[in-house]
Amino acid sequence: MSALTHLTVTEAIKGLENKEFSAVELTQTHIKAIENHRHLNAFITETPELALKQAAESDKRRAAGTAGALDGIPMAIKDLFCTKNVRTTAASHILENFVPAYESTVTRNLFNQGAVMLGKTSLDEFAMGSSNTTSYFGNVINPWKKSGGSNVDLTPGGSSGGSAAALAARLCMGSTGTDTGGSIRQPAGFCGITGIKPTYGRCSRWGIVAFASSLDQAGVFGRSVEDTALMLKSMAGYDPKDSTSADLEVPDWPSLSKQSVKGLKIGIPKEYRMDGMPEEIEKLWQKGITGLKDSGAEIIDVSLPHTKYALPTYYIIAPAEASSNLARYDGVRYGLRVEGKDLNDTYENTRAAGFGDEVKRRIMIGTYVLSAGYYDAYYIKAQKVRRLILQDFENVFTQCDALLTPTAPSAAFAIGENEDDPIKMYLNDVFTVPANLAGLPGISVPAGLDANGLPLGLQIIGKAWDEETVFRVAYAIEQAANFTSLPEMVTRSAA
Amino acid sequence: MSLDKEKVRKVATLARIKMSEEELGHAQEKLNNIIGFIEQLAEVDTDNIEPLPSPVNIRLKLRKDEITDGGYAEDVLANAPEEMENFYVVPKVVE
Repeated sequence: MSALTHLTVTEAIKGLENKEFSAVELTQTHIKAIENHRHLNAFITETPELALKQAAESDKRRAAGTAGALDGIPMAIKDLFCTKNVRTTAASHILENFVPAYESTVTRNLFNQGAVMLGKTSLDEFAMGSSNTTSYFGNVINPWKKSGGSNVDLTPGGSSGGSAAALAARLCMGSTGTDTGGSIRQPAGFCGITGIKPTYGRCSRWGIVAFASSLDQAGVFGRSVEDTALMLKSMAGYDPKDSTSADLEVPDWPSLSKQSVKGLKIGIPKEYRMDGMPEEIEKLWQKGITGLKDSGAEIIDVSLPHTKYALPTYYIIAPAEASSNLARYDGVRYGLRVEGKDLNDTYENTRAAGFGDEVKRRIMIGTYVLSAGYYDAYYIKAQKVRRLILQDFENVFTQCDALLTPTAPSAAFAIGENEDDPIKMYLNDVFTVPANLAGLPGISVPAGLDANGLPLGLQIIGKAWDEETVFRVAYAIEQAANFTSLPEMVTRSAA
Repeated sequence: MSLDKEKVRKVATLARIKMSEEELGHAQEKLNNIIGFIEQLAEVDTDNIEPLPSPVNIRLKLRKDEITDGGYAEDVLANAPEEMENFYVVPKVVE
């Protein structure tokens, strides 16, 4: 039975069509896998009953010939997407008992195509973090371990750590994430899977718990480029309920993603060569470049001169938007309430008890940079630098079709590492944040292992609305890298 | 520029987060660390550069100003910590 958890989505759909197994069987196998791997703490809420009900309905649709594009595919949903009648926590104490009365547009789109929901995955609280260690519901453990019998628990990355860990551990066939500064791409890199953040505006943000509204974008994890293309196609599309959602046709990415990269120009930004970056990452990057050259792409050196300012810009804009978005958690309309002597005291008690340290820190930074007297010096200044960063990308995209970079400056690190110094933790996102500031699509593809046997990813950044080229380049890297390694935990349970 | 403890206290009050003296001390250290980091932006020449509030140039759509949704107070109040007769209940604010 465990073979079923190793199929790609594309393979599983064929199997369902050929009646090799049913959606109920496929779902049961994954529910079992989740039960057997609770030590990873990937899920905040498991929804096996809902999953089996959805799977049974899916089998009926397939028998009736009305199956959707993802019919019967068991997926995990990041617990930042509101799901109707299923608790949605954002991994925060303040939303611990929040049960939405509505469905986010992205999950509705997935369900409309027949996807089955296995449960809600853990994340950094309100998606603020790069290690999944700020969740109120505990750390998520990466299924990968360093080679040589190490039993040190590693972080799956963050913020979408639960979704990435669950997919890498074969607990689901695909999973949703959100990416504000790298929260899909960095965990995809750390867990040896593929993860895409589309162009800002591709997926509706309606019903996703807001962190930083001008940066947040939904995306998806898959075990192949084709799988991510297939799932993203179902998630994306115009939604009148999100004013920043784009009224553009969603291309048929699954069929377009396998086109040759012959003749494409791929830029290599020199600023992404960081001091102190492990040599293996540089080597992997070179391997990727060679692979693309061999596939007929032309490689050119490009420059994004404001790259080093992307992180400080992000750490003004994201907290500023967060402090405003999170003002809604006041203990009045929903969520935790801790009574005080008057209304202000109730607000202060509620937010003190309800938010974790990292969330408080970001709200306070945001409050400070937006406060009277500092607004121009910090917030407006950051928005100006943001334009310079966007212009850097616009300039290089007159010379090339996409960019190839490492996903993160390191492989997965131990849980607890980088915790004392927020800046050190923030540096994880140094290669991913620029695409969020500029609203561009980015994907991470697993491309090799480091000396410790841990996966490393390469990132492809594309032009706005050009996910097609991003998928094509990613597919070429996937073919060239032929990454077939699995966490030892997974090979052991398959044996 | 670094924040003294009084400034941190003011920010915590503005953010409506209650903090003990000890917590304020911790927060002060971490916030100053972050502020030191973001202040690098001062060295960037941004003369004549317009601020960029949103990354993608989407023209916002207008629709008729009419009611398209609503009429389910029960759903809206379902997660309220305290409610009464279709209203949220808060501590007394007017004496």
